[in-house]
Amino acid sequence: MAPFDFAALFGETGGYLVYLVIGFCFGFILESSGFGDSRILAAQFYFRRLNVLKVMFTAIVVAMLLIFWSTALGLLDYNEIWVKQTYLWPGIAGGIIMGVGFILGGYCPGTSLVSAATLKIDGMFFLAGFIAGAIGFGETVAHIEAFWHSGYLGVFTLPEFLGVETGVVVVLVVCLALAMFAFFEWLRRTVYGAGR
Amino acid sequence: MKTVSGEQRYWNPYIGGVLLGILLFLSFFLVGHGLGASGGVHRVAVAIEDLVIPEHVDKTPYIAQMAGGDRDPLSHWLVWEVAGILLGGFVSGLLRGRVRLQTYHGPQITPRARWAYALVGGTLMGYGARLARGCTSGQALSGGAVMSVGSWAFMFAVFAGGYGLAWFVRRLWQEA
Repeated sequence: MAPFDFAALFGETGGYLVYLVIGFCFGFILESSGFGDSRILAAQFYFRRLNVLKVMFTAIVVAMLLIFWSTALGLLDYNEIWVKQTYLWPGIAGGIIMGVGFILGGYCPGTSLVSAATLKIDGMFFLAGFIAGAIGFGETVAHIEAFWHSGYLGVFTLPEFLGVETGVVVVLVVCLALAMFAFFEWLRRTVYGAGR
Repeated sequence: MKTVSGEQRYWNPYIGGVLLGILLFLSFFLVGHGLGASGGVHRVAVAIEDLVIPEHVDKTPYIAQMAGGDRDPLSHWLVWEVAGILLGGFVSGLLRGRVRLQTYHGPQITPRARWAYALVGGTLMGYGARLARGCTSGQALSGGAVMSVGSWAFMFAVFAGGYGLAWFVRRLWQEA
């Protein structure tokens, strides 16, 4: 039953190669979707182009449905997949800082990689900044240790939070995504006219 | 390619989204992890630090767990995934004639100004991604698909930060 331990099957290097292939597909899809271009990413925040929202929420919905179905069919052991633990406050604070970094810098980490890989200089500067920022965090985290561990809720999922069945959350997320697509499209038309 | 931009040849976002969703599912299904980008880049950052100031790395607990003593911060699946992202992005760009030394910037600012903002924005991202324990890929996308409460809160925080500041810095991206 999935998931599998590829390092045990093919050895350490063989296991790593699986990740190399997954990363390759990820980078290929990001670049093919136009996410190596900071202008397309930033346009999301001005309601001009909604590619970020469309790609991201479509992906979340599709992955969520497939995980849900494969678990229900007994093909995938949900308890064996990695769900990030919730540290609510540093997650929210880090998220806001990243939102600010996104609109100033024009990329997020993954998209800056494909940008730099296609020789975009702004992507390379972003990546250099990212490395500096990550080192800066490692050097200063000792001073904010308490905050960094605040709001700890362990592995805490939306069905647990809302007290409903997983299937109900799946339906809710699909509805949310559709509502967001419709709302943002309406906003885009209102702000920039129907011609665009 | 002489085209001003290869935009017209970018994939339809819903097709890109479906393919990304299938890949994200396959990643969870096959290896049990979602997709990640910032963690691997972070390990590269720590490796650079370890090359320059190894004694300091050994004494700083947060990074010593990755690079202290004989530990190699680069022998980790996240680093291989980042190598794959670089390679995949490069090949995709190569096939479409988009691998070209250039700077993407808004019409009102110079490339030089764009570099400065990219550096500042990248630095904030690097700090924020460590604080939040993940980025748009690892937290929002992957955590979002497995319904982690923290990931959903994170996702809305990113959009709040971005949309909150966007109007004030519109000169960076908007036409005159």
